[in-house]
Amino acid sequence: MEAIILQILNGLDKGSAYALIALGLTLIFGTLGVVNFAHGAIFMIGAFVAVTLNRVLNLSFSVIDETRTDFLGNPMQVQVPYVEHWFGTQTGAAIIDWSVPLAIIVAIPIMALIGIAMERGLIKHFYKRPHADQILVTFGLAIVLQEIIKAFYGANPIPTPAPDAFVGSFDLGQIFGFEPFAIMYPYWRLVYFAFAAVVIGAVFAFLQFTTFGMVVRAGMADRETVGILGIDIDKRFTTMFAIAAIVAGLAGVMYTPILSPNYHMGMDFLVLSFVVVVVGGMGSLGGAVAAGFLLGVLQSFASMSQVIDLIPGINQVIIYLVAIIVLLTRPRGLMGRKGVMED
Amino acid sequence: MLGLNKADLRLYLIVLGMLIFAPFIMNPFPEGSGLAQFNGGYPDLLQKLVIFGIFAVGFNILFGLTGYLSFGHAAFLGVGSYAGVWMMKLLTMNVVPALIISVLTAGLLSVIIGYVSLRRSGIYFSILTLAFAQMCYSLAYSVLTPITGGETGLTLSLNDPRVLGTSQTAEGNIPVPHFFGLEMNASSTLELGAWSFTFNTGYYFCAVVMAVAFYFAIRLFRSPFGLMLRAVKSNQARMSYTGLNARPYTLAAFVISGMYAGLAGGLMVAMDPLAGAERMIWTASGEVVLMAILGGVGTLIGPILGAGVIKYLESIISTINSTILHQWFAFLPDGLEDFVVAIIYPFVGKGWHLTLGIVFMLVVIFLPGGIVEGGKRIGNLFRRKRREETPPSSTTTPAPKPGE
Repeated sequence: MEAIILQILNGLDKGSAYALIALGLTLIFGTLGVVNFAHGAIFMIGAFVAVTLNRVLNLSFSVIDETRTDFLGNPMQVQVPYVEHWFGTQTGAAIIDWSVPLAIIVAIPIMALIGIAMERGLIKHFYKRPHADQILVTFGLAIVLQEIIKAFYGANPIPTPAPDAFVGSFDLGQIFGFEPFAIMYPYWRLVYFAFAAVVIGAVFAFLQFTTFGMVVRAGMADRETVGILGIDIDKRFTTMFAIAAIVAGLAGVMYTPILSPNYHMGMDFLVLSFVVVVVGGMGSLGGAVAAGFLLGVLQSFASMSQVIDLIPGINQVIIYLVAIIVLLTRPRGLMGRKGVMED
Repeated sequence: MLGLNKADLRLYLIVLGMLIFAPFIMNPFPEGSGLAQFNGGYPDLLQKLVIFGIFAVGFNILFGLTGYLSFGHAAFLGVGSYAGVWMMKLLTMNVVPALIISVLTAGLLSVIIGYVSLRRSGIYFSILTLAFAQMCYSLAYSVLTPITGGETGLTLSLNDPRVLGTSQTAEGNIPVPHFFGLEMNASSTLELGAWSFTFNTGYYFCAVVMAVAFYFAIRLFRSPFGLMLRAVKSNQARMSYTGLNARPYTLAAFVISGMYAGLAGGLMVAMDPLAGAERMIWTASGEVVLMAILGGVGTLIGPILGAGVIKYLESIISTINSTILHQWFAFLPDGLEDFVVAIIYPFVGKGWHLTLGIVFMLVVIFLPGGIVEGGKRIGNLFRRKRREETPPSSTTTPAPKPGE
């Protein structure tokens, strides 16, 4: 029992990332009808926003500390971050410590800008072209973005720590009456899951309860009629693209303590997120989220040693197997709507 | 002749000529001159050009004719390589059985993957093939390590149980792949003044295979079967209204292109007997898509051109480093030199993929027909100029259409 709960929990953080990326992907499918292969790159850029902020906050200047001496007896040079100098040692250290959550604030405008620039600058010109062209041009864009990041940050993963308050694990099982230390769960993963839940909830609430969201949903259902009613649906869809970019970017920012960012993490997650979208059903937001969590949990179940002993290698292929079975038995995906991306 | 019409025959002869004289064509600069690093006439690169040409020609049979965009074709190449190495480990170092088994294995795998994936079309097909290829890649890395060699890859060793042939040569080396005694890595060099041309057995073996494969592709493009495939691309619904089932045709095209990929994988092994899982990663599948697009999808010569350009530029650009750049721009004043080098540097050497990505995007955006369409446009430009130069003889010349 404990083992099963632990695997479900382990699947949640990966599932959250899949769900967030897939949510953005399917938003773009549903509104603009574009297959965006560059969406993984946006996730990756989000992670590197956190890395950059961490580096910027750690910018230091050296002062000579008269009270301490090095082994030669000379006064020692100490690196003092500017932030600590400006805000005082305590506040400054706290700011540096909380750089990853702080990166959310920085990331939102950056990702929105990137999203709008991508949509207006490139993808806008591909609405009328075949899907193959859309796939190809966004694939090219993904390569370019990935290589730019590689040129600036190098090929190695860059560890970016979570705030000290969230380092380590806590005993989740004891709260629910299990044996002590049976279910240990890292704090940050729980934070990530909660964060994902909040973001997903916010996107759904935005679409469900605002006039803007209503127009967008109407546009997803029947674009032409909304246009005839005199609403500039293209502008709204551009905004939705920006929102999708923000969601993917934030997923990347918060994922940095779990997985040290490297330049190809976007591609790695993109393939899986596509599978998630397809399993969930093209154009179905609920389906994308549900399939994201489902596949995340399934993957972590398949990584259990008992399961691997039974079927070797299952942990590597489970997601693809599920996708193939779902596509063959339910061609529209688990919750796919009729008429969306049928061809 | 050969069952080809005049235009196709001319194209085929041009390709044949290019294949035969490639060691000369690719080596235009004398040895030791400053431009010698642009020479691509060394056997390793020539083999690569031809092998990826075959791969791209095969891919084009699927994507160019039927319009089905497969994102998992590298899986067939990888599986073909593994099968080829195993044949060399177990049976003989002769490349013919290895090639046959590569093609058959890749064909078998493509029947399975194609049967499942072709139930859907459009992006679903792309994602299904992508999923299958990633599955093969992950399996090759993990569970199938006894067969694939995992991360180290599959190589020959000194104690392979080779049934026909020896497991090691008299000197105690691993034997070399050969074609009935012709060793693949044998080369002869021709010195002509300052130039030196290398003729490699392996390259000419690849060239012969390419000639056969390309001939088959031309015949397939012009056959009734090829016409059916085009019908699938232009309007599948209308095709099914006329009572034709598209799936057998698309499956056949998928399997044929999978076998081409297997052939390319087998040739890679024949040139250099090792195989690794990184040949199957999905960016490798993306690369063959790039080749077809860059050259011109749906044209005969396009994929060969695309493969040639990409592989040539890859090997040339990735060898350029900052020292060479500084040599080139040494004539500029100091500050300007550093500035120019700093701008160009990210795009060369290790930054080759960045250049590739940018070129690829530009081609998809502005020139969806690739190099072939670009050539046609330039040709049209000249033709129109010539027409304008001839004085209008009578008033019957049609007025130019607006926008022309």
